[in-house]
Amino acid sequence: MITLRIQKALGDFALDAHLSAPTGVTAVFGRSGSGKTSLVNAVAGLLRPDAGRIAIGDHVLFDANRGIDVPIHARRVGYVFQDARLFPHLSVARNLRYGGKHDADRIIDMLGLDGLLDRMPSSLSGGERQRVALGRALMCNPSILLMDEPLAALDAQRKAEILPYLVRLRDEVRVPILYVSHDVSEVARLATTLAIMDAGRVVVCGPLGDVLADPAVVPLVGVRDAGAVISARVAGRLLDDGLTELLFSGGRLLMPGDFGALGQSVRLRIPAQDVILAQSAPTGLSALNVLEVTVTDVMPGQGPGVAVALRAGAENLLARVTRRSAGRMQIAPGQRLFAIIKATAVSPDDIGH
Amino acid sequence: MFGPEEMTTIWLSLKVALVATLSALPLATWIAYILARKSFPGRQLLNGLVHLPLVLPPVVTGYLLLVGFGQQGPIGAFLNDVFGITFAFRWTGAALAAGVMAFPLMVRAIRLGFEAIDTGLEDAAATLGASRMRVFRTVTLPLVVPGIIAATILGFAKALGEFGATITFVAAIPGQTQTIPTAIYGLLQVPGSEPAVLALVTVSIILALGALLLSEWLAHRMARRLGRA
Repeated sequence: MITLRIQKALGDFALDAHLSAPTGVTAVFGRSGSGKTSLVNAVAGLLRPDAGRIAIGDHVLFDANRGIDVPIHARRVGYVFQDARLFPHLSVARNLRYGGKHDADRIIDMLGLDGLLDRMPSSLSGGERQRVALGRALMCNPSILLMDEPLAALDAQRKAEILPYLVRLRDEVRVPILYVSHDVSEVARLATTLAIMDAGRVVVCGPLGDVLADPAVVPLVGVRDAGAVISARVAGRLLDDGLTELLFSGGRLLMPGDFGALGQSVRLRIPAQDVILAQSAPTGLSALNVLEVTVTDVMPGQGPGVAVALRAGAENLLARVTRRSAGRMQIAPGQRLFAIIKATAVSPDDIGH
Repeated sequence: MFGPEEMTTIWLSLKVALVATLSALPLATWIAYILARKSFPGRQLLNGLVHLPLVLPPVVTGYLLLVGFGQQGPIGAFLNDVFGITFAFRWTGAALAAGVMAFPLMVRAIRLGFEAIDTGLEDAAATLGASRMRVFRTVTLPLVVPGIIAATILGFAKALGEFGATITFVAAIPGQTQTIPTAIYGLLQVPGSEPAVLALVTVSIILALGALLLSEWLAHRMARRLGRA
């Protein structure tokens, strides 16, 4: 459990953030300059709030009213910086041991660091550096892990190399993680809780699925990146055409690609702009996926678009249609519609486990 | 090639330069650190004071040392009475003059070293549980070593060549305070001493060149170790 209440004046920018999140991965999402890094720095002790309180479970790190300000080195936060910040004069092994030797063998094994121990940081690739930085933070046995855009400096290939480690970390290490990112697909794959920041404030905070399915969040996430996440289960593979059959409470989806073994649960981010709505069951359509849905909310945007919240079984979906279509179809809460999702709408980046 | 007198001069020069550099090093490191990292009232004044020997005529610096650290000088008399340390017309005085003249160059080199360190690394060390003292010892200091090496070699070369302040403060007494530069100057006043002058000039060139090459080699090695090359 993380509870933050941070007020800090930084020039003409004011940070005034309230956040409360259960254990798991809490993603802090927002555009650059929204105060994400300042928030994380305040937790680490690198930024001293003017007022407020910071606590990890019962462990109070900062409380302006009670005069508590635990020094940085006594906070037991593991901080993975965007630029890794490995000590250039120390080998990988000595970098790892700098903060402690907690669970060293397992961490080295989990992050695949065995072959790197004798190397110097300058000889590592970007992805390797981030893995070492992550291992170093974990080996000091932190009570919280802070990650400030740990993948932002990496190309798509390196990202794909690290993400599985982060998923393992989330599932195997029982440490709360505060994960700063401005990449929706990254957030959708990793986070359990999502907090969205705007102009120094946390404007929304809640379970990932709920937040991403909220039509009010569309302008904050950006119209191109908005989209709900659904949980499904791998039900079969159609070997002849490379498609995977996914079942969820709202129906069946056919998606290209490998989603893992039979019975594997997956999370799927479906971009709102790739969902088409129809009043009757479509025929003669190339799209493979048609779901029966109920409209739960309609939220006009500032431009020509309208965000439509939908319910399919127990899952939420989000669609983005034009204001004109919404008017013509008279879309309103309670209405039953068909949602058409193109099988190729979901890219490999949008698939999580 | 070298008579006993020249040998004495060479050894004395090396001793003076070495003692001057090594004594100045800790203070220069400390001053460089606070100039690079701390802000406090009087910082610019301290900066100016440190650089004074670089811009003053050396003879003025020598004169000020004579007034302050001479036998009748307030500091000189105090050190002589309380600790039995005498600077006036001793090799220790030559070392003091050389150290004071080398000091600004050393501070500058070390300060550049401190300023080149990414303070983000120190933040990272702190989040890993290192106290401020441990951060300084295990991150800051090792990373400033290239600057310290550069400062030592630069300071040593400067101390070896110091002339104006030295001759003003402690004169050029053979076997006591006569260093290579003051010896060369003295010999030039005596007809027929060209071979001795040539020998000392050669030694000067070799020492200066050696120091330069050593510093280049060390800098290169350091850069390779830190992955900057």
